[in-house]
Amino acid sequence: MTATVLSRSALDGAPPARGMDDADAAAVAQGTPIIRLRGVTKVYGQGQAAFQALKGVDLDIDSGDFVAVMGPSGSGKSTVMNLLGCLDTPTSGEYRFRGLHVERLSRDQRARLRRQYLGFVFQGFNLLARTSAQENVELPLLYRGQRTAERHRAAREALASVGLAGWEHHTPAELSGGQQQRVAIARALVTSPAVLLADEPTGNLDTQRSREIMDLLCTLNRERGITVLMVTHESDMAAYAKRVVHFVDGRVDSDWRQNSAPRIDAGRGDT
Amino acid sequence: MLLNTLLLALREIRRNLMRSFLTILGIVIGVAAVITMVTLGNGATRAVQDQISSLGSNLLMVLPGQRLGPGMPTAGAPLFKEADVEAIASQIGGINAVAPEVRAAVTVVANGRNWSTSVTGTSNAYFETNNWRIAGGRKFEDNEERAGAAVCVIGETVRRELFGTGSPLGEHVRVKQFSCEVIGLLASKGQSAMGRDQDDVVVMPLHTVQRRVTGNQRVNTLLVSLLDGSDTERVKASLTDLMRERRKLADNEDDNFNVLDTKQLAETLSGTTKVMTMLLGAVAAVSLLVGGIGIMNIMLVSVTERTREIGVRLAIGALEREVLLQFLIEAVVLAALGGLVGVALATIASIVLADVMQIPYLFNPTINLVSFLFSAGIGVVFGYFPARRAAQLDPIEALRHE
Repeated sequence: MTATVLSRSALDGAPPARGMDDADAAAVAQGTPIIRLRGVTKVYGQGQAAFQALKGVDLDIDSGDFVAVMGPSGSGKSTVMNLLGCLDTPTSGEYRFRGLHVERLSRDQRARLRRQYLGFVFQGFNLLARTSAQENVELPLLYRGQRTAERHRAAREALASVGLAGWEHHTPAELSGGQQQRVAIARALVTSPAVLLADEPTGNLDTQRSREIMDLLCTLNRERGITVLMVTHESDMAAYAKRVVHFVDGRVDSDWRQNSAPRIDAGRGDT
Repeated sequence: MLLNTLLLALREIRRNLMRSFLTILGIVIGVAAVITMVTLGNGATRAVQDQISSLGSNLLMVLPGQRLGPGMPTAGAPLFKEADVEAIASQIGGINAVAPEVRAAVTVVANGRNWSTSVTGTSNAYFETNNWRIAGGRKFEDNEERAGAAVCVIGETVRRELFGTGSPLGEHVRVKQFSCEVIGLLASKGQSAMGRDQDDVVVMPLHTVQRRVTGNQRVNTLLVSLLDGSDTERVKASLTDLMRERRKLADNEDDNFNVLDTKQLAETLSGTTKVMTMLLGAVAAVSLLVGGIGIMNIMLVSVTERTREIGVRLAIGALEREVLLQFLIEAVVLAALGGLVGVALATIASIVLADVMQIPYLFNPTINLVSFLFSAGIGVVFGYFPARRAAQLDPIEALRHE
């Protein structure tokens, strides 16, 4: 499947919510960022126990970018990923995804948006146990209501694209950690998402497997134009990204762009 | 969408076969118990009705004593006389036959074998009033009845116990101190409604029993069978009047005898078995309810256990109601599956138990359908709470769940 087919189906496929298409068209046409955060705060708890995880974040992410989000624990990087993934809403501020005000959407509207535009890869893989790779990858398509034959074909292609052709009928228990994460990536890819959110995708893998997964993400970013947002605390892994955003104490601390192609010996000092 | 959700639910059930089986066990037992109880109860009711009609479709039994309970003579109430039989036969219209009955427990001996049974002293009319057919041999002759000859007609059970496979006709059996010739064999009737073996009987002329067994002139029971189409209530009324007159009861005295009619008896007894059926069915229904709670229990555990999975589903874009529907359908499919297995189990159990209890197996489509639908309904009711809990999970929390 070519990148053009993928991106077209992402735009033309059953519109998740009315009015979203117009916003898409406008956003894409004008080359505005696919993601735009303005003055975003997030407070957990109330009163004395209240904890401000984000203290006013402004962030623009362009379509086709590869962004690594870094920062010490408690810096708000996970919170910002949950917001970007439309799993949560900000306490105040504005989050526009393709020009759409995510902070104004209901729970179900956000679910439809995730189903249509977002793919998730987790640190712990989160595959369904005792379920074949094929069926795991088909899961998002089931929620999209696709036909059986179409589902099977798409799932096989997605598995092939992560190098797991022939492994369709293995259950997670029969796969290595690296292979499980590939299945998880295939599951995220199968809907041809605009944005792939990866939360410490290499956290449970050894160096060799980690590199393979990072290479795969780079390829997807380069060849299919998928925007990749990745949380990581390893600078080795962040080195693969085109852009690195550091969070400290709920704010963007630094934000720089790496100009060369991905490399392993990034040589950048740890933060 | 619904089809997809059904697919997801079935996949889930298949994924956890053992747990699914344990989950539905309560429903299986509940449904099986309800259907079996009701089916057997209906069979028992039918058996009671059948056997009472085999007693004589329209029989009146006149028993001494006040109406305290069926057939319980009150102390002091006089028994009947042989003359009462003739009086009833000649003075009351609409009746087919009248027979006296004297019963006594005896031991009969033949071929060196003993058998404890009861002897009935009566007339030839008895075979008519009580629907007995003669399978072999003959009834009594008039002179045998008058003279109290030592002859008897025996039931199938007595024949089997004393003569094995041989024919009893012309053989002699010893009853108490006298020897008695077997002149006839009764066709088998089987067990009575109360579980008594009706074929365990020796029938002799009334005079024979009175003189040689009981040693008095009394008659315990009068049996009156009605002609087809005669009015039971009217015959009963004139029978009561006649007996009051013959027993010289003053107007202010209560009856010291009792007229039972088999139709009424049938209604009373089948009414009792129907009530029993309902009670047993109700108890079984409680177990079905408990089975439903079992489903809720397991579903709640399952939701907790699958929290991360639910988180993944929500993250990749499952709507709240899709998750709700998935778990609800899972519960309903499980419960309905349990219902189906329960119906199958009940059918086998009913057939086997009906055979053991010697009652007819009556397939009752209503109770099968109702139980099945009820089990599916239980899935909806008890599956809703866990399903809602799953649907309302926060995806972030759910993904973090260990």
